[in-house]
Amino acid sequence: MAFIPHTESEVAVMLAAIGVSSIDELFDEIPPSLRVRSLDGIPAALNEMEIGRLMSARAQCDGRPLSFIGAGAYEHHIPAAVWAVASRGEFYSAYTPYQAEASQGTLQVIYEYQTMIASLTGMDVANASLYDGASALAEACLMAVRANRKSQAQRVLMPASVHPHYRKVAITAAGNQAVSFEAVPFSQGEGRTTAAALAPFDGQDITALVIQQPNFFGVLEDVDALADWARARNIFVIACVNPTSLALLKPPGEWGAGGADIVVGEGQPLGVPLASGGPYFGFMTTRMAHVRQMPGRVVGRTVDVSGRDGFTLTLQAREQHIRRARATSNICTNQGLLVTAATIYMSLMGPAGLARVAAVSHARTSELIAALTRLPGVRAAFASPYFHETVLLLDRPVAPVLRALADRGILGGFDLAEHYRGLGHALLVCATETKTSADIERFANALGDLMEAARAA
Amino acid sequence: MSNIPADLKYTKSHEWVRELPDGTVEIGITDHAQHELGDLVFAEVPEAGRLLTAGEACAVVESVKAASDVYSPLAGEVTAGNPALAASPELINEDAFGRGWLLRLRPAGATHGALLSAAEYAALTSAEGF
Repeated sequence: MAFIPHTESEVAVMLAAIGVSSIDELFDEIPPSLRVRSLDGIPAALNEMEIGRLMSARAQCDGRPLSFIGAGAYEHHIPAAVWAVASRGEFYSAYTPYQAEASQGTLQVIYEYQTMIASLTGMDVANASLYDGASALAEACLMAVRANRKSQAQRVLMPASVHPHYRKVAITAAGNQAVSFEAVPFSQGEGRTTAAALAPFDGQDITALVIQQPNFFGVLEDVDALADWARARNIFVIACVNPTSLALLKPPGEWGAGGADIVVGEGQPLGVPLASGGPYFGFMTTRMAHVRQMPGRVVGRTVDVSGRDGFTLTLQAREQHIRRARATSNICTNQGLLVTAATIYMSLMGPAGLARVAAVSHARTSELIAALTRLPGVRAAFASPYFHETVLLLDRPVAPVLRALADRGILGGFDLAEHYRGLGHALLVCATETKTSADIERFANALGDLMEAARAA
Repeated sequence: MSNIPADLKYTKSHEWVRELPDGTVEIGITDHAQHELGDLVFAEVPEAGRLLTAGEACAVVESVKAASDVYSPLAGEVTAGNPALAASPELINEDAFGRGWLLRLRPAGATHGALLSAAEYAALTSAEGF
């Protein structure tokens, strides 16, 4: 069916029927001061060849920097097959389709994705994905308020070691829906949340505790102790995890004696390239006991009237087209294309491949820490176990150092000054399996040179 | 005409109320309501101790076609949710006025005046065209 909206004669007939002379007249109630009359500064249209040249020229301005920035988005090798398959026309759509059951292949991909993510996190059930890791955390906080019926307070403990952007998104989205957030400070020496920081909340009505693993500093939290502390007080555990790390670390479903209640995270490391901050995708898993409070779409496996396997959207009574204002969420789409890529990525890597990616990333980060802390004026901020990211302290402000490194084609990490002023001159650095020993040496040499040059000057 | 026991009170939103000898009340949805919803697959009932106002959404019944809120006919404190419904929500279909009860409540006051009698409820459902 061709998509032809309305012909001019149809528009004329409709306008005549409602007694309006032009489409513009329909917008009369918008004051002239608020209207955009023309789009100044937008050049005339370019043809395909012209736009192609312009865009390649712009892309070259980015250069090909060597990046040691993580801070929530991670550069991993993506096998060529991932996007070759994900880009096929049959998969190439951003959304779960309308008349979803007519697209059995798409539903099967989502079903396989849900199965893999549930298994990776050690939980019972996954949804079909959410927009990104930060919005998934916001949804998890809202879900905890609905699902934790032992708590009336709608209060969520949010450690300062959680990604600052995630905290901001959660507080913006859930904070305006009557959920209150309490900050939990991290230990300055360890860079993680300790039992002592939670003690002031003992005996209070708390709905949920967010635990990020590894936390924003790359440090491994003592998840068993934190989860047990929460469980003993009927506080829900919301785990926010890096999916790559789960190939080596204990899955949230096994944290402490009882495991997490809700698990969320950013799916980007699973086959999605870094691209100016997105599009990425969020994942969410939970226990069957809470599935009716989980937002998002869920694909189930069933049989048709002839007994053949088939896939269908299920548990839709939670969703906005049925439950309206009382739906579990009114942000209900999924990130179909990125989930498709992630499913192919996980299929190609398998549990052993993902574990190798995680192990090599950890080893490269150890190598990076050793190389950089050998330099005068650079030391590790925390004496804690880490995954593939860590905080270093410099003897001078970080921003000028990062600018000088960028001039040498190196993105030297994420400056923590804006979000964690109290840490001093703190730099968050990351190395994944994409960084070779030569890359690390190049970074260390460049940093050593420019710090020494500045000292000599 | 569905089954409407004469000894119960009713609401316009299709809940029933049974006064128990200990002064508490038992609350459920009517046979008419379960028939309209179809096969129930899930029921969420409130925790004991929860304080409800009259008209507050206090339970959810989900069928294969819809999820509906159940509104508390009276203000009071929940003394129990029906534990059997977690495993067997179909009890509401099979025995809406008996084993399919949703919650028990200790009413905050004796103002049952706003509730409908069986005859009034029967008139309501027939006026709705059922």
